Amino acid sequence: MPLSRRFDWRRGFVTAVMLAVSILFLLPFIWMLVTSFKTENDVFVYPIQWIPRHWHAIENYKEVWIGRYPFYRYYWNSIQVSVATTAISATVSSLAAYGFSKVRFRAGKWLFLIVLATYMVPSQAILVPQFILYRNIGLFDSHLGLIIIGSFSVLGTFMLRQFFMGVPQDYIESAKIDGAGHFRIFRQVGFPLVKPAVATYAILRFIWTWNDYQNPLIFLRTDKLFTLPLAMQKFTSMSGEFYSLIMAAAVSAILPLFIVFVIGQKSVIEGIALGGIKG
Amino acid sequence: MARQAIVPQTGASARTAARRAGGSLNRGETLAGWLFVSPMLIGVFVLVLVPIVATLALGFADWNFVQGWDGIRWIGFGNFRRLFQDPMFLRTIRNNVLFLLTVPAYMMISLVLAVLIDRYVYLKGYFKIAYFMPYISNIVAVAVVWQVLFHPSYGPVNEVLRSLGFANPPKWLADPHYALASIMMITVWISIGFSMIIYIAGLQTIPRDLYEAADIDGAKAWTKFTRITFPMLSPTSFFLLITGIISTFKVFDIIVVTTQGGPIGSTSLMVYYLYDQAFTNLKIGYASSVATVLFLFVMLLTFGQWGVQKKWVND
Repeated sequence: MPLSRRFDWRRGFVTAVMLAVSILFLLPFIWMLVTSFKTENDVFVYPIQWIPRHWHAIENYKEVWIGRYPFYRYYWNSIQVSVATTAISATVSSLAAYGFSKVRFRAGKWLFLIVLATYMVPSQAILVPQFILYRNIGLFDSHLGLIIIGSFSVLGTFMLRQFFMGVPQDYIESAKIDGAGHFRIFRQVGFPLVKPAVATYAILRFIWTWNDYQNPLIFLRTDKLFTLPLAMQKFTSMSGEFYSLIMAAAVSAILPLFIVFVIGQKSVIEGIALGGIKG
Repeated sequence: MARQAIVPQTGASARTAARRAGGSLNRGETLAGWLFVSPMLIGVFVLVLVPIVATLALGFADWNFVQGWDGIRWIGFGNFRRLFQDPMFLRTIRNNVLFLLTVPAYMMISLVLAVLIDRYVYLKGYFKIAYFMPYISNIVAVAVVWQVLFHPSYGPVNEVLRSLGFANPPKWLADPHYALASIMMITVWISIGFSMIIYIAGLQTIPRDLYEAADIDGAKAWTKFTRITFPMLSPTSFFLLITGIISTFKVFDIIVVTTQGGPIGSTSLMVYYLYDQAFTNLKIGYASSVATVLFLFVMLLTFGQWGVQKKWVND
C-alpha cells in the first residue's frame, strides 16, 4: 500500500487524472456559475463560452437579490428558521441524550427503544396527519411550526447519546457524591465534555434545515414566509426562460452553505462518517 | 455501526453501589431521567407517534379534507384492494424497483474514488470537498441546474451530443423513456459524496499490517483490493446498501422540482404518489393506505437489516 517516496511521480499522475475527473464531476456547478454572469442571449451559445463574452453579473445578481422577488427576504427567513431549529434541536437532543445514557431509570431503556423505532418511519408517511394537526392547532403557515417540526428529529439524540456514553460513569458518580444534582452534572461535567460533538451535530442540523424543501412545501403557504429552497423554486417558475437569472439565484442558494461547509468541513465529514447519518 | 469511538464504560462498580443505596435515591433518579428526556419524548409523541397511529387508521377510511370530520367513512380494506388494482400505483412500485439500481451504481463509483483518494493521491482535502459538494447543495438549485443542462433543444448536454454526431439525442427529463433514468443519474451524482465519505472512514479501520503482510507475499494492488480491502469493507458496504435502499423509498424533492411524476407517470415514485393523492387530489384515506404500504416496506427492510447484520457481517 504505502507508495514510497521514489514513486511520487505515480501518485502525481493519479492525482492529475483524478483532478480531471473531479472537474468533469463539478461541471454542472461551473456551468451554473459562469451562466449566472452572462447576458440572456449568451446562455445557450454553443460551443459553450466558459468565459462570458458580455458580462452581466451585477445586473443579474441585483435582480435576484432586490428585484421583484427579492432573495434577501428569503435569506432572512432561512436564517431565522435554521438558527432557531438548530438551537432548539441541539438543546433538546443533548438533554435527552444525557437522560438516556447517564441517568439510570428503569423506563429509560424502553423509552429509548420507542424513540429509536420512530427513526425508521419515513417522514412522508406521516405528513398527512401532521398537516391536519398543524391546521387544527394554528401552527400551519408559520415559522414557529416549521421550527418545531425540525427540532424534534431523533437523530441528534442517537448521535449525542453515543458521546455521552463515552463519558466515564465515575465522573457522574463522584459529582453526585459531592452533592450535585443531575442538572448541575449535565451543565458542568457532561455537556462540556461532549461540546465538540454537539457542535458537529449543530452544523449538520443547520445544513439540513437550510436545505429542507419538503417541510416548507407542506407547511407554508404565504410567499413572504418562504425559505430559500421554496423561494428558489418560485423564482424559477416566475422567471420562465430567463436562465441567467435562474442560475444567479441557484448560485445564491448554494454558495453561502458551501462556505459554511468549507469552514466546518472537518466536523461535517467526521460527523457524517461517525454515525453514517443521513438527513 | 461499530465505528463510533466510544470510551468503554468504567463505572460498573459505582453503579452497583448507587443501586444498593436504595429507594429514595432511585426515585430521584427516575424523576431526573423523565425530566431530561421529556422534551424530546413529548415532541416525538405528538409529532411522530400520534401521526403514525393516525396514518394507519386513516388507511381504512374514505375521506378528504374538504368534508370535515363527519365525512369519514370506514371502508375496511377497500383502499388496499383498490391500490393493488390501480395501474398508476403499480407503476410507482415498478419505478421504485428500477430506482434501486442507483444504489449499487453510486456505491461502486464511490468505493473506487474512496480507495484512490485515501491511498493514491495528493490534495485529499480538495477531493473530499469536490465530491461532497452536490450532497450539501440545495436540492432545488441542483435540480433546476440539471433541468436546464438537460433542456431538449438548447441544453448543453444535447448540444455536446449533437456535435458528437448523435442527430436525435433523447429529450431526457421530458421524455417518458428517459425521464426516470435522468433522475437516477442525477441521484447517483448527488449520492456519491456521502458513500465516499463513509467508505473512506471504513478504510481507516482496516489494520495496516494486513497490507504489509500482503506486500511481503508480493501481492499486487488488485489482489490486495479483492482479498483485503473489499472483504474488510463488507460491514460498510452492507450498511450503505441497506440505508441506500431505504433512502430510495424516500426520494421526493427532486421529483417535485423536475418532473412532478411525469411525463405520463414515468417518474412517479411511491412517495410522490402519496403526496399527489393527499395534497393535490385530497384523497386522505387513499394516500394513507399508500403511506401504510410505504411504511411496511421500510419496516421490513430495517428488520431485515438488523437480522442479517447480527448473523453475517464481520463486525
